[in-house]
Amino acid sequence: MKKIILGLILFLLVAFLPLGYNIYTGKKAYIPVIKAPEDKKECVENVFIMRKRHNIVLEKWRDASVRHGIKKYVSLNGTYKISLTGTCLGCHSDKTQFCDRCHDYAGVKPRCWDCHNIPDKVAEK
Amino acid sequence: MIEKAFKGTIGYWLWLCFLSALALAGFISYLRQLDIGLGITGMGRDVSWGLYIANFTFFVGIAASSVVVVLPYYLHDYKKFGDIIILGEFLAVSSVVVTILFILVDLGVPSRVLNVLIYPSPSSLLFWDMVVLTGYLILNIVIGWWSFDAKVKEIEPPIWIKPLVYISIPWAISIHTVTAFIYSGLSAKPLWHTALLAPRFLASAFASGPSVLIVLCFIIRRWFGFNIERDVIKKIAIIVTYALSIHIFFMLAEIYTVLYSDLPSHKSHFEFLFLGVPGNRFLIPWTWGSTVGAIIAFVLFLISHKKNDSLVIFASIITVVSIWLEKGFCLIIGGFVPTPFEEYPKYVPTIFELFITLGIYAAGGLILTILYKTVVSFRQSK
Amino acid sequence: MNRRDFLKITGILAIGAASHQTAMILLSSEVKGDQAKKKRWAMAISFSACVKREGCRDCIDNCHLIHNVPEFTDNKDKIQWIWSSHYESVFGEQTNMFTKGMLKNLSVLCLCNHCENPPCVKVCPTKATWKNKDGIIMIDYHRCIGCRYCMAACPYDARSFNWKDPKPFIKEINRDFPTRAKGVVEKCNFCEERITQGLLPACVEACPEKALTFGDLNDPESDISRLLKTRFSIQRKPHLGTDPKVFYLF
Repeated sequence: MKKIILGLILFLLVAFLPLGYNIYTGKKAYIPVIKAPEDKKECVENVFIMRKRHNIVLEKWRDASVRHGIKKYVSLNGTYKISLTGTCLGCHSDKTQFCDRCHDYAGVKPRCWDCHNIPDKVAEK
Repeated sequence: MIEKAFKGTIGYWLWLCFLSALALAGFISYLRQLDIGLGITGMGRDVSWGLYIANFTFFVGIAASSVVVVLPYYLHDYKKFGDIIILGEFLAVSSVVVTILFILVDLGVPSRVLNVLIYPSPSSLLFWDMVVLTGYLILNIVIGWWSFDAKVKEIEPPIWIKPLVYISIPWAISIHTVTAFIYSGLSAKPLWHTALLAPRFLASAFASGPSVLIVLCFIIRRWFGFNIERDVIKKIAIIVTYALSIHIFFMLAEIYTVLYSDLPSHKSHFEFLFLGVPGNRFLIPWTWGSTVGAIIAFVLFLISHKKNDSLVIFASIITVVSIWLEKGFCLIIGGFVPTPFEEYPKYVPTIFELFITLGIYAAGGLILTILYKTVVSFRQSK
Repeated sequence: MNRRDFLKITGILAIGAASHQTAMILLSSEVKGDQAKKKRWAMAISFSACVKREGCRDCIDNCHLIHNVPEFTDNKDKIQWIWSSHYESVFGEQTNMFTKGMLKNLSVLCLCNHCENPPCVKVCPTKATWKNKDGIIMIDYHRCIGCRYCMAACPYDARSFNWKDPKPFIKEINRDFPTRAKGVVEKCNFCEERITQGLLPACVEACPEKALTFGDLNDPESDISRLLKTRFSIQRKPHLGTDPKVFYLF
C-alpha cells in the first residue's frame, strides 16, 4: 500500500513537472499570436466558426470542390471561390504568421502544403 | 499460459534474438521507405506490384491451408489430428499477421489505411480481402486460444467454439478465393484473367501450407523433443501429394488452353515466363524451377511412404519453394510483363525491399515461435 | 451571440456531413442548373493532323506544365498524364505486316481514356477514384492510400504512381494547380479544372495543328459529335468493353 501511494505521488510529480516549470518561468500564459489580415473584417464564415471549426470548413470545401465539382461557396459573408491557395492564402498571405503559429503551438501537422502551393515559396523557387 | 514462452534454453533465446534483430532491421528499412517513398523498392511504373504483394498472396495460402487439419478433425472426427490442429491454427494466425504486414508496407500512404473502413467500397475486392482476412485472424485466435486453454485446464472447450470452427472452414476457403479474385477480375492482365486462378490458388495452398506444417513438426521434434505421431505426418503428406497433383494438373490445363488457343495477349505472358524475350530472360530459371520442383516434389511424396523422414522433409521444402515461386513471384511479376505497350521491363527487388520482406518473415516467425513454444511447454509439463 | 447560437451555427454549417453537403449544393444554384443536362466529355485525335509536325511535344509540355507533372530521370519513376508511343505498341492488335511499314513513324498520343465503364474505379478500395457526372474519371489525392490496384486494373497504363516526392522534379511550379505528394496515384483529369471555367483542355489548346478536338458527346451539334459522325475512328482495346472516350481519327 505504501509503495502504491509513493508511486502515485511520484507519478503526479513527474506529470505536473512541466506545468510547474512553466508557472515558474512565467511561460504559463503563452498564447500564440496570429497576424490576421488588417484590411478584411471577416473570413468566409464568422470568426467563431473559423477559429473553432476552420478545419471542418476546409474539409467540406475539399470534398465539395474535389468530389462534387462545386467550385463556389456561398455564406452570409458573400460568395467565395473554393481555393486554398487562391482564396485562403489570398487574404492570409503570410502562412508562417497565421496558420503555422497555432499549428506549431498545438503540434498539429496538417498535410495541406504537401501539395497545395504557398505563393511566396513558389515565387522563391 | 503464455509465460511458458519466456522460459527456454539459451538456444531458444538466441533464436528469439536473431528473429528480433531481423525484424528490427526490417523496421529500420521500412522507416527509410516511409521517408523516401516506395521508390526505394525495385517496383516502378510498369511492374507496380512486386515482392510485397507476391508474399502477401503466398501467405494467404499458408493461412488458408490450416483448414486441411481442421476439417478432418471436426468434420470427419479424425481424432489423431487433435495434437496438430492447434499448430495449424497458430500457423494460420501468424501467416495472417504476415499478410496484413505485407499489405501495409505496400501502401503508398499507410497513414490513410483506415480510409478502407471509413469509405467502405464493396465493389473492390481489396475491401473484401480486408474483411475476410481480419475475420479469419479473429476466428483463428479465438478458436486456437480457447481450445488450447480448455486442454490446459482439462475441461471441455466452450460450447460456442464448435459453430465457430464450422464457420472457419468455408472462411478459410474464402480468404484465398477473394485473394485470387483480386487478380482474376482484371481484364487488363491476361495472365491473371482466368477462372482457374482461384482453384489453382487453393490447390497450391493445400500443398504449400501443410508442407510448412510438416517441416515445422520436424523442427519442434528436433528442438523441443515434441513428438507428433508418425501417422499424422504421413496423413498430412498424403494430403500434400493429392493437392500437388491437382496443382500440377491445373497448371497443365492452363498451359494447354493458352498455347492451343494461341491468343497472343495470353500467350505472350507464358512465353515471357518460360522462354523469355531477347534482353529479358530473368524469370526463366524461376519459372522452370518452380514447375520442375512441383513435379519432383510430387514424385518424392509418392515414394516417400516407404522411405525415411528426411525424404519427406526434403519434398516438403521443395514444395514450399516451388509454390512460393509460382504463386508468389512469377505470377505477380509475370502479370505485369509484357506491359499493355508490349514492353518487357525488368524487376529486381532492392536491398531495402529484401530487408523489409525478411523483417516481416521474422515478425511472423516470432509470433509463431512464441505460440508454438507455449503449446510445446504445456505438453511437456503434462 | 451566446454559446448556444454558436453551436447551432456550427452545427448547420460545419458538422453534419450530409446536411452540410446538401446545404452547399442548394447554395450554389449555378451548379444545380448544370446538373440537369449531363455532359459526356470526349476527345478525338486526328492522326493526319498530328503527324504533320515531327517531334512536336506542345500538347504534352503544356499539360505537364499546367498540372505540375514532375519529370523524373529514372524511367521507372516516370509520371505521365499524356505521352506518345509507337502506333504498333498502342494498337498492337490493329497492326499487320503492311501497316507496320506504313505507320512505322506514326506516334500516337496516349492519355486516360475516361472510360464509360472504367475498370480502375470499381477496384478502388476507398472510392478515391470515381466517374463524375460528366463522365470524367477523377482522383481524390486526399483519399488515395496508394495501393496501386487501379494501376493494375487499367488496360491502358494511364495511371502513374508517385514513387518519390515529386516536388524536386517539377521544373517550374504553376501556383494555380496543386502538386501531388509521394505515395498517391495520378493521371490525366481531362482538365476538369479548366472545363468548369469554360476553357479547353491544356493539350487541345496547345496543339498548333488543331489535331485534338474536345467536346460533349451528348450534344449532337458539338464539334466532336459531328467529327465522329463523318470520320472513321478507332478506340484503344475496344474489345475490353471499357468504352474509351478518346477516339483516334484516320
